Amino acid sequence: PPSCLPAEDISTNSNGPKQEILLDDDQEDLFAEATEEVSLDSPEREPILSDGPSPAITPVTPTVIITPRAEASMFDRSLDEDEDTEENGDTFDMQITVSDPEKVGGFGCTSLNLFSRNEFSVKRRFSDFLGLHSKLASKYMHIGYIVPPAPEKSIVGMTKVKVGKEDLSSAEFVEKRRSALQRYLTRTVTHPALLKDPDVIQFLENTELPRAVSTQALSGAGILRMVNKAAEAVNKMTIKMNESDAWFEEKQQQFENLDIQLRKLHASVESLVCHRKELSVNTASFAKSAAMLGNSEDHTALSRALSQLAEVEEKIDQLHQEQAYADFYLFSELLGDYVRLIAAVKGVFDQRMKTWSKWQDAQLLLQRKREAETKLQYANKPDKLQQAKDEIKEWETKVQQGERDFEQISKNIRQEVGRFEKQRVKDFKVVIIKYLESLVHTQQQLIKYWEAFLPEAKAIA
Amino acid sequence: MAVRLPVVVRGGKELLCSRFLQLRSVSVDLNNDTPLLIDIPDALCERDKVKFTIHTKTTLNSFQKPDFSVSRQHEDFIWLHDTLVETEDYAGLIIPPVPPKPDFESPREKMHKLGEGEATMTKEEYTKMKQELEAEYLAVFKKTVQVHEIFLQRLSSHPAFSKDRNFQIFLEYDQDLSVRRKNAKEMFGGFFKNMVKSADEVLISGVKEVDEFFEQEKTFLLDYFGKIKDATAKAEKMTRSHKSMLLACTVTTPKIAELLEKLRKLEARVASDQELKLTELFRYYMRDIQAAKDLLYRRARALADYENSNKALDKARLKSKDVGQAEEHQQQCLQKFDKLSESGKKELTSFKARRVVAFRKNLIEMAELEIKHAKSNMSLLHACIEQLQSN
Repeated sequence: PPSCLPAEDISTNSNGPKQEILLDDDQEDLFAEATEEVSLDSPEREPILSDGPSPAITPVTPTVIITPRAEASMFDRSLDEDEDTEENGDTFDMQITVSDPEKVGGFGCTSLNLFSRNEFSVKRRFSDFLGLHSKLASKYMHIGYIVPPAPEKSIVGMTKVKVGKEDLSSAEFVEKRRSALQRYLTRTVTHPALLKDPDVIQFLENTELPRAVSTQALSGAGILRMVNKAAEAVNKMTIKMNESDAWFEEKQQQFENLDIQLRKLHASVESLVCHRKELSVNTASFAKSAAMLGNSEDHTALSRALSQLAEVEEKIDQLHQEQAYADFYLFSELLGDYVRLIAAVKGVFDQRMKTWSKWQDAQLLLQRKREAETKLQYANKPDKLQQAKDEIKEWETKVQQGERDFEQISKNIRQEVGRFEKQRVKDFKVVIIKYLESLVHTQQQLIKYWEAFLPEAKAIA
Repeated sequence: MAVRLPVVVRGGKELLCSRFLQLRSVSVDLNNDTPLLIDIPDALCERDKVKFTIHTKTTLNSFQKPDFSVSRQHEDFIWLHDTLVETEDYAGLIIPPVPPKPDFESPREKMHKLGEGEATMTKEEYTKMKQELEAEYLAVFKKTVQVHEIFLQRLSSHPAFSKDRNFQIFLEYDQDLSVRRKNAKEMFGGFFKNMVKSADEVLISGVKEVDEFFEQEKTFLLDYFGKIKDATAKAEKMTRSHKSMLLACTVTTPKIAELLEKLRKLEARVASDQELKLTELFRYYMRDIQAAKDLLYRRARALADYENSNKALDKARLKSKDVGQAEEHQQQCLQKFDKLSESGKKELTSFKARRVVAFRKNLIEMAELEIKHAKSNMSLLHACIEQLQSN
């Protein structure tokens, strides 16, 4: 069982874009060696979850091959560059399944057919996922794309609540991680731009991902990001943006509120899971006690009824456990995902502010260069004057670029937010319905058990 | 059932000053089989004290009126129980266990918190907590009324106890009983009660039993007591964690919140009903079995006395001194023992029957309630799913 986790687990926090992926500690992290098999299927799209909670990790059988749409293979697909068209998720036909996590000591890979089929599998380590996210974040965040955050390294939930008697058993942890990775990948590939990204394609296809690159290059970038993070914090305090567009202000406020709500809800659900597990323990304990009481009872029919009661309570205990599982996997994980996603959204808004700030700075600097040039006009220093003129040209370009960047990121964000909100509504709806159905199932079982018990109780004479 | 609930006075001051009214829809006809009908139609909660209204309907001439009510406190019940225990004539009977003290500790704590935290809560949170608080008060109230009522009903349906003078005073005397309570305490000091409590099990198991019936009863009761005590504790733990789970997940985010809230309330009712039917049942019978054990103890003591008196008689005969006295003493002891054995047998037999009937009733009611709640849960859930899918 996993007994050690890198002490520097603070690398991941719940703020998406500021999530550091320090891959230096791979060596110490046992789970860096855990591999996940990624298989691609089409056309049925299952956005967030594999079907049904199944706590047992079963040996993998590759998911069923489904013939793809005739139009194009996904890698030849060129999405409409006109981003104003409605993003239609229904035309998207890819399914990701993450299954069969195994721990391998080294570079175990299987050679698999890739392009000849539309289904293929590769093995990836947890650190590979983190690496992928890191690359994507550095490439796309600054232009306003909401890059789905990678799953947390830390086992413990956001509210730092330890879950019940099973605690951090290996199987539970592995399943939690597997599920999280699947959701992460699915979100990543449902992003139209990210799907086309060569790093993503490489991640999904290549039998081997270069490890050296992961550890070295990115750790440098990682350090750089840490430095930037500090700078950003300072900047944030001083940037006071003249918001010309009320939409952005509104949206930011909305996301703030949503963030608070989701965190509260997430905390509630985690607490619920905890309590339900405790209830399960107590129910099992009571069941045993009732059985013993039944044995002790000398009235035959009552004795039988009490034993039956004990059995019913045992079954109810099972139900509690299953329900806790559903609470957790359906609800709690979704909420956690969205809290992190909203952090990514906020990050993107921040990037816009930074872009604006850069643009403003460029304008200021251009102004100064112009003033300097004016002064030099009367100073009779021809080479300096030329230099000044050159610099003005340079900064004019920068200002234009800055303006373009700002407009581009603003446009991207609008689209991204629109896509995000639609997706969010969908996700929640799917999960809530699934959750309610799990509750229905529990109630059905309860009815079954008690209806079976009732005649036994009535038979007591 | 109409209930009016306590008003939390703003400013966090704890003032329980309303009545809890419980109107039971009990309409039982008085006939010769039940000459004495007792119920507790309502109760009042004032600060630390609960005042029960004891309502009696009777056809017996020993009472002054056919239909009357008095107000009694929990301490009055204790007094009544103690006088019964102290009564020598009742040594061969199972004295119904005294009802436990009303325990409003938990809701009282919550109310305190509510008062303190009022400023920091949103209006919705406050309202919701207040509702929960009221529900909890109601639950505790139900429980304590039930258990006090059962105590009186056990007495009224027993051929011997129903005729007890103090019982009659309890039911009828229209003044406060506090003076009598004080006198009783001074007279008995509860010493007999304490004696019974200590080392009864040792004595019971130590005595050589001649009677097959009592031998079996003894074995059974000692074992059963241990098991039911354990089952009670586990049931209490289970109920507690069920309730705390439901309290912990108070949800305030809109939309989902409404739904989850409804579900939570339904499940809270399940937990509460389970407690009433199952946990309370076990609790009660644990105490009742203790009362049965007390009976066994008294009989065992009487047997020990008898054996001692035999020895004393033998000694007296040897010494040829005070033989007559010793013979008389021996006879008395024998009579007492026989009397206790005879009534004890009757009591224990009817106790078993009573226990079986009570278990049956409660288990059936619990199962029926669980089914009912699960069904309403399900229809609520289905409605929600439909609504979500149609959006």
